[in-house]
Amino acid sequence: MSELTLTVMRLGFLAVLWLFVIVAVQVIRSDLFGTKVTQRGTRRTAGAEQRPPQQRQQQPQAQQGRGNRQRRGAPTKLVVSEGSLTGTTVALQGQTITLGRAHDSTIVLDDDYASSRHARIYPDRDGQWIVEDLGSTNGTYLDRTRLTTPTPVPLGAPIRIGKTVIELRK
Amino acid sequence: MSTVTNTTTISSVGAPNRRNTELVLLLFAVAIPVLAYANVGLAKDGSVPGGILGYGLGLGLLAAVAHLMVRRFAPYADPLMLPIATLLNGLGLVFIYRLDLEPAVTTKALGGPKAPGQLMWSALAVAVFIGILVLLKDHRILQRYTYISGAVALVLLVAPVFFPAVNGSKLWIVVPGVGSIQPGEFAKIILAVFFAGYLMVKRDALALASRRFMGLYWPRGRDLGPILAIWALSMMILVLEDDLGSTLLYFGLFVVMLYVATERTSWVIFGLLLASGGAAVVGMTSGHVKVRIHNWLDPFAGIAQHGASEAAQVLWSFGSGGVLGSGLGQGFSRLIGGIGVKSDYILATVGEELGLSGLMAVLLLYGLLIERGARTALAARDPFGKLLAIGLASAMALQVFVVAGGVTGLIPLTGMTMPFLAQGGSSVVANWALVAILLRISHTARRPAPAPAPSPDAEPTQVVRL
Repeated sequence: MSELTLTVMRLGFLAVLWLFVIVAVQVIRSDLFGTKVTQRGTRRTAGAEQRPPQQRQQQPQAQQGRGNRQRRGAPTKLVVSEGSLTGTTVALQGQTITLGRAHDSTIVLDDDYASSRHARIYPDRDGQWIVEDLGSTNGTYLDRTRLTTPTPVPLGAPIRIGKTVIELRK
Repeated sequence: MSTVTNTTTISSVGAPNRRNTELVLLLFAVAIPVLAYANVGLAKDGSVPGGILGYGLGLGLLAAVAHLMVRRFAPYADPLMLPIATLLNGLGLVFIYRLDLEPAVTTKALGGPKAPGQLMWSALAVAVFIGILVLLKDHRILQRYTYISGAVALVLLVAPVFFPAVNGSKLWIVVPGVGSIQPGEFAKIILAVFFAGYLMVKRDALALASRRFMGLYWPRGRDLGPILAIWALSMMILVLEDDLGSTLLYFGLFVVMLYVATERTSWVIFGLLLASGGAAVVGMTSGHVKVRIHNWLDPFAGIAQHGASEAAQVLWSFGSGGVLGSGLGQGFSRLIGGIGVKSDYILATVGEELGLSGLMAVLLLYGLLIERGARTALAARDPFGKLLAIGLASAMALQVFVVAGGVTGLIPLTGMTMPFLAQGGSSVVANWALVAILLRISHTARRPAPAPAPSPDAEPTQVVRL
């Protein structure tokens, strides 16, 4: 065996050993820093496993309350696509979603341009989702237009509140 | 208009089960020792060793079976412990194999090659690991056996006194024709069970009934009983078995668990005073311990008269390794000689052939394993599980500290094995068992809480919007 091969193997082995340590530390990292980050980060993967029991609980309520009017092509989730909460999703199960800086909002906006009770999104009797501005200071925009009355939200249309953009998706 | 907000969608995301992460890490953990094995062969003979397929498959099979059993019986367990244990065990096998290639330390008198035996022991250890995962459905069952564990541990600790000393320390039970086992390795697990069960019941009395004096809480006289009893027992082991390492391990384990259970710093101070006082007295009287301490204080003394001590040889091998090491199979740790090079001094070979950087990586692996144990203790919901997990983790931490500290000259050298790495059947079986219990606790701790059953009473009370 030439000296060069052995040197390469020696350093290569050390590199691989350290790589294992670094990968292990990366795995730990997801456990170390609180739960909030992991929730948002792993929502797409972990959320899929977590959701079924909740739906089972929610579905009867929705059916009893307003009948099963979930139509084909109706949105199933609300996604934050811009702003500090990017990536957060909320399952739409017939409940009203409130947005604002107030702590009891469904989505608590950490946004200087948002009011404490900024807007809400709710389904009307036909299951059509409506967005309503709750008298906010800086307004709620659907696409480019500032809302003045409760307005139906088409699938995928951006709702802009300050720096945050949310949309409904299937 | 209903204003019921549904916040559950944001707050309730449980820990995902990380079994696929574990699988990837395990593949990695099997590949590294195989690479090391090839590396040793290339350096020693210039060709890839013939046994690489069988060896790689053996380690891979053990890892695969263990992984499948974890998937089946503890699906939410920590993803890191099994890969790290596998990697350390695999590296240990490579280092033992590598030392087997040195005729100087593989003589008939020293028992011939040790790697095949170690692989067998590893297989048995994984079987024990699986057995614990399958049979121990809930770690709280162990709580029932608190005092039985105490008695068993006592027997295991005292038994070696009646057998002849090996290498100056009485740590072994020798069964003629079968071999010898080191009961101390198992005693550390059983002692952790005993301490956890005992302290869980007594911790309030130990924590609250105390007087404040000089800024510290001092325990009442009668509460000193247990710590004095354990101290006396440790000292007895030290005197009868001439082994500083185990004494440090058992007494340290008790003090750590006492501190965790009561959150009283005074126990730690008290424990350290007792331990150092006892060690000083025994160090001055016992011949064997005295030699060890002498070698520690001045490893290079007496080279001219009767050759270099093992402590000095180990330090030289670390020095010869330097930062990047001499490369696997290219060190001279055979010069240490004797049986210890494959067991107690295996870190010297690691340090010489992988260098400071490799040794740091190996120590970090131990650190990660121990961190996962401590993390398990934090996550566990029941006090017994918490105490047991921190006890097992700190037992391993103390053992790594005693061995690594001894070999690197930080504390006097003692005869203990590096968990997973060193040659020794009892050690590898006991440490796999320890990891299995930690995985069981971790599974219980990380398992997401079951969804509350929908209550029929909730239906009539809800607001119905028409």
